Amino acid sequence: MRTDLSEAIPSHPASLLAMRGVCKRYGGVQALRDVDLAVAPGEVHALVGENGAGKSTLMKVLSGVERPDDGTMEFAGRAWKPTGPVQARRAGVAMIHQELALAPHLSIAENIALGVEPRRFRGLGPLAPLDRRAMHSTASRVLARLGHGGLDPARRTGDLPAATRQLVEIGRALASQATVIIMDEPTSSLGRHDADRLLGVVKRLRDEGLSIVYISHFLEEIRRVADRFTVLRDGRTVATAPIEGSTDQDLIELMTGRSMGAVFPERVRQRGDVVLRVEGLAGRPTPSRASLEVRSGEIVGIAGLVGAGRTEFLRCIAGLAPITAGEITIHGRRVDSSESIGARMRRGLGFLSEDRKGEGLALSMSIAENLLLSNFRPVARRGVLSTTRMRAAANKWIERLAIRSGDPVKAAGTLSGGNQQKIAIARLLHQDSTVLLLDEPTRGIDIGSKVQVYELLDGLARAGRAVVVSSGHLPELLGLCDRIAVMHRGVLGPARDVAECTEASLMSEAVLGSDEEVAA
Amino acid sequence: MLDSNPSVEQAERSGSRDWLRRLGRLAAPFIGLFLVLGIFTAIEPGSFPTVRNGQTIAVQTVVVGIGALGMCFVIVCGGIDLSIGSVIALASVSGAMTLDAGYGPTSAMAVAGGTGIVCGLINGGMVTALRIPPFIVTLGMLGIARGLAKLLAGNQRIAPPPESLGWLEGFVDKTPELAWLQVAPAAWCLLATAIIAGFVLRRTAFGVQVVAIGSSEPTARLCGVPVARTKILVYVLCGLGAGLAGAVTLGRLGVGDPTTAVGLELQIIAAVVIGGASLSGGEGGILGTMIGAFMLSCLSAGCTLAGIDNSVQEIIIGGIIVAAVTIDGLRQRRNR
Repeated sequence: MRTDLSEAIPSHPASLLAMRGVCKRYGGVQALRDVDLAVAPGEVHALVGENGAGKSTLMKVLSGVERPDDGTMEFAGRAWKPTGPVQARRAGVAMIHQELALAPHLSIAENIALGVEPRRFRGLGPLAPLDRRAMHSTASRVLARLGHGGLDPARRTGDLPAATRQLVEIGRALASQATVIIMDEPTSSLGRHDADRLLGVVKRLRDEGLSIVYISHFLEEIRRVADRFTVLRDGRTVATAPIEGSTDQDLIELMTGRSMGAVFPERVRQRGDVVLRVEGLAGRPTPSRASLEVRSGEIVGIAGLVGAGRTEFLRCIAGLAPITAGEITIHGRRVDSSESIGARMRRGLGFLSEDRKGEGLALSMSIAENLLLSNFRPVARRGVLSTTRMRAAANKWIERLAIRSGDPVKAAGTLSGGNQQKIAIARLLHQDSTVLLLDEPTRGIDIGSKVQVYELLDGLARAGRAVVVSSGHLPELLGLCDRIAVMHRGVLGPARDVAECTEASLMSEAVLGSDEEVAA
Repeated sequence: MLDSNPSVEQAERSGSRDWLRRLGRLAAPFIGLFLVLGIFTAIEPGSFPTVRNGQTIAVQTVVVGIGALGMCFVIVCGGIDLSIGSVIALASVSGAMTLDAGYGPTSAMAVAGGTGIVCGLINGGMVTALRIPPFIVTLGMLGIARGLAKLLAGNQRIAPPPESLGWLEGFVDKTPELAWLQVAPAAWCLLATAIIAGFVLRRTAFGVQVVAIGSSEPTARLCGVPVARTKILVYVLCGLGAGLAGAVTLGRLGVGDPTTAVGLELQIIAAVVIGGASLSGGEGGILGTMIGAFMLSCLSAGCTLAGIDNSVQEIIIGGIIVAAVTIDGLRQRRNR
């Protein structure tokens, strides 16, 4: 299989943008080795690979942020040697960043024109008055091309929803006459509906003849939008092939370099007593009505659209968001609504935040401190910490969860996303949580780490802990959970056995609400 | 073979860089200190490197140093206390009034410390309960405490009977009665307090929680750290430091002066920042802070000896603060 794909590499004679034998080394680390990439005009070319495979470095080289050590690049038949992202954008290769690069206080039109503002009386230099009419007409034209002609270019960018802000950034690329647009995980922060719209925009641009390099973790998304794909692993190109004719399994094997019998662990779990009971829970503004029973030894999934209230539901249980009605019982004892998160933790509750970088971890602090922060008792005597015990405790978790890092005194921010997530989960184990609430536990981590997280959660359930997983990714819930409940506009439907659920049934419930709800 | 295991290699490389970075954080204040010492020894070889001048510097370090200890906790916690200079003045006035009312120096110190604690409690309470940025809250307290000090003192110095100062006078005497102490007892007390503070910040759960709040407040909250309580405690500590600094000021001047320590908050914050703390929180240490405080008093003592005007001193300190914050900014950008 793999060899077949590898033979497809020889560069397209008609490629618009081509890289051959590109190498890039950072100190002792070879980030890219002999990378080949050929993007044809008018195609969506997906770039896939695990985190750390070299995708971002490749894109930095393409967009002129970094210069390659070796190899050649061609764009539109000429040697391509961009000196920086702005120059690259003006020359026709534009990058849309994961973290949006927009000035929130400026209007849509101003953002689109940023750096290339049309001016009158150019002789005045930076003091030349802006040609606001030209700015607005460019913005309107570009927005229309993106299918959003109705959007007022004078609106402040900061007031727009995330999905629309992304369109503004794409608009900026179009306004500068880019013929190649590089998109780095464009849907990672979008809800399903907005992601669908964005994919529509991508297809539309392709049909206009633009080439798009599309980086994403979501295979189904790639399948829907891409024409061809290139897989990077350990800084090398492993394969380039048309998306048609390759299965997800092929892609995963190419990305990870190992055959993966099953991504999800087998479900042989023993269900025990009810350890978490939530009845008629309501918070402000969501959830409006949520009831759930979770037994020890099972994994319960919470499905639903982004914004349906899944996160708020878990935060209400954890004590991080105020509740206005309802009852929570942990291990048979009622939780007082004013009880702090610390007190709930001591009862066995553990909460994993969806926002790993902002909330889940203190990135500037050490791995050991992050692991132990919620419970210093085992490593302290009368409030005085023992460095040796801290190190020992940290090493124990690093070893048990196979956290690839080495040193517990290193800052947590130096680790990859997958390893960071393992630290956040290890913290819940360290505080000895028996009821784990995990919000998007595999968001933004590569497939290899995802598999490890699935195995870890399965192991916890088998060991008799109760696990609640909220996720916007249905295949994940279907593969991992014993029961799944769907959240729809703040109302949590009944938890059904996974055997009764299909992707279609969950999706329709997420979009329309459950039958019982309709009846009530 | 050439690069058999990039991840291990990468881990080792960044590991050694971490170590260098930590060293670098402490190296900067040390280099600054030696630079100051070197320059003034060169300018004033006869009077700067002397025991007498050393004794003066030691006493001068006490006020800034005690204030900076508390400020270090506040800044590491991600906050700031601009009111500290005013609180020092208010505490010196309240201490002087206690002496004036016929109580002893121990009571005066307790009242001064208590004054600081109350101010810190108000600062911390406003920051946590009303969620007002610490910059604004303590800016308000800067005005309130100063005004209150002037009001209490009737816009003049309060001069208690000289003999009422008792041990407080000897406590800050730069040539101590017990000659083997070499420097004022207050300087030794500062050193002891600094060691305790360093221990608390690095080796206790409370200290790590303070760092965690400064590093990422949502994470601290998620981990069950009592964020509000810890923050209030940190401002109270800073207030207590200010109160004690007020008592020391009272001992040195012999009067409660409502107009003392104007702009001192700048020097105190500078000491902490020079010591490697980041104004965005999560970084900073006691050793660096103490070196920063010591460097600033060397600077002012040296300027005085060299006949450099006070106004020029202020300009130099202002420049140093900007430089220290710039270095901090550069460091953070590089780490990103």
